[in-house]
Amino acid sequence: MKIAVCVSHVPDTAAKINIASDGKSIDQNGVTYVVNPYDEIAIEEALKTKEAFEGETVAISVGPESNKDSIKKALAMGIDSGVLLKHEGFIDSLGVARALADEIKTLDAKLVFFGKQSVDYDNSIVGQLTSELIGYNCVSVVVDFKLDGEKIICEREIEGGREIVETTLPAVITAQKGLNEPRYASLKGIMAAKKKTIEEKDAAAGENVVEVIKMKKPPVKQPGRILGEDATVVPELVKLLKEEAKVI
Amino acid sequence: MAGKILVFLEQRNGEIKKASFEAVKAASAIADKLSIEAEAVTVGSEISNLENVGGYGIKKVTHFKNSELANYSNSAYSKLVADFAKEIGAGIILFSNTSLGKDLAPFTAVKTDAGIAMDITVIDYDGNDLILTRPIFAGKALLELKVNSPVKVITLRPNVFSSGEPSNDKAEIEVKDVSSPDLQTKVVELKKSKGKLDVAEADIIVSGGRGLKAPENFHLIKDLAEVLGAAQGASRAAVDAGWRPHSEQVGQTGKTVSPTLYVAVGISGAIQHLAGMRSSKYIVAINKDKDAPIFQVADYGIAGDAFEIVPALIEEIKRVKS
Repeated sequence: MKIAVCVSHVPDTAAKINIASDGKSIDQNGVTYVVNPYDEIAIEEALKTKEAFEGETVAISVGPESNKDSIKKALAMGIDSGVLLKHEGFIDSLGVARALADEIKTLDAKLVFFGKQSVDYDNSIVGQLTSELIGYNCVSVVVDFKLDGEKIICEREIEGGREIVETTLPAVITAQKGLNEPRYASLKGIMAAKKKTIEEKDAAAGENVVEVIKMKKPPVKQPGRILGEDATVVPELVKLLKEEAKVI
Repeated sequence: MAGKILVFLEQRNGEIKKASFEAVKAASAIADKLSIEAEAVTVGSEISNLENVGGYGIKKVTHFKNSELANYSNSAYSKLVADFAKEIGAGIILFSNTSLGKDLAPFTAVKTDAGIAMDITVIDYDGNDLILTRPIFAGKALLELKVNSPVKVITLRPNVFSSGEPSNDKAEIEVKDVSSPDLQTKVVELKKSKGKLDVAEADIIVSGGRGLKAPENFHLIKDLAEVLGAAQGASRAAVDAGWRPHSEQVGQTGKTVSPTLYVAVGISGAIQHLAGMRSSKYIVAINKDKDAPIFQVADYGIAGDAFEIVPALIEEIKRVKS
């Protein structure tokens, strides 16, 4: 079975985000990019599935040349090959999904893992959109995944609990923290990755329907007051919570 | 703008959720502004509080009913909602950005050929165009956007749009029995974390971090959360150390929250954490280090020892409440 994993290349979560002079994108100055943290979990699950059932794994990414760094990370962790679907500039979630759907069809991958969201635009929908475009089943925000023949049983995280979800292959699974502990790329893995291929082609993304008007920083919150340094100010705090915040 | 506005009502255990009433109120405001009609749709088995939707401004509700639809099924729900949206000629389909809404909205968007905007916190207008704002990078920046497709799917962040006080109006409900739903993907069981409020839905959150020094000290967080009727949260450091489950994590690789009150105990305020909680209405920080970044966003801070302050706080809240 062919197993695909879709990876995005995003600013590190420790990065400070500033707005570029065009007012529509982020300032790249001093921003380092990494493989999306949730995608590392997706990569790990693809590798574990391959180890349990055999098959071939491929990492796909949509974006500029620099996205290759995240594909290489996936290859170093153990994914067999990579595909970069080249695209420059802003692309909406539907565009990313269209490009991925097209490639997944070409590859004929029956099981596709995604991170549950990219930590840049935070849409959390590319996995679902892709599955719907190619007519696959889908379970999102998965914290437990079991494959038994064609049958899939997942646990999906929801508010205050979990849903046990059943479906069948072909399917898209989006990974949530807790699904597994992603492995580190070993030195051997990093060396082996150098010999693996990354195919490059243009992304079949189509037209954006989402138009960016502008990007801006959130309003700066005025720092409040430090009431004191010990428990003697507790009554004052409770009074403020009762009278100003009106939460008690 | 052509078309109606359709709002999806989310039920869990046969009850419409609070976030859906917020969406109904927002939908009825959009409908007024654009002079279009608004109606609501839901999917489920028995639903107890459906007619209350009328009190928030929508008078017509269609209920797709089948006992097998009591639990969520993305294949069945999206087909019913998308077909209904097409049937009534909906131009805007509104969801809440809950775990169900986040899953259902994209399937519905593809099925209705719609563009999609998620997790919206502000709705503005340019003539008849909707100008939508959403937080990106977990709130480190905001994106203003427009969806340029004839049909638009939009999800609204819970706890941001006020549902206001309901009137006594009741909605007219049309029940449509569903004969054979598409249960290709379906929830077969719901496992609840027993008796716990979730940070994503709570009005008050008490979070603990590494400053609590050891997992056994989190009883302080639990006790304070209990007297406040709050959900319990945690910093990434506390989760990564294995002290608390990931479902409690607040921040960029956890949950982004905007409760009325957020209490941070022993949390220094790493950039990822601040991004996830800074839009809370009131923030209280208790931390030993008075230079900790958490005090930059806190309305009220106590720069002292959590082990002394939290027990005193619990006692004082109990005293004031009684």
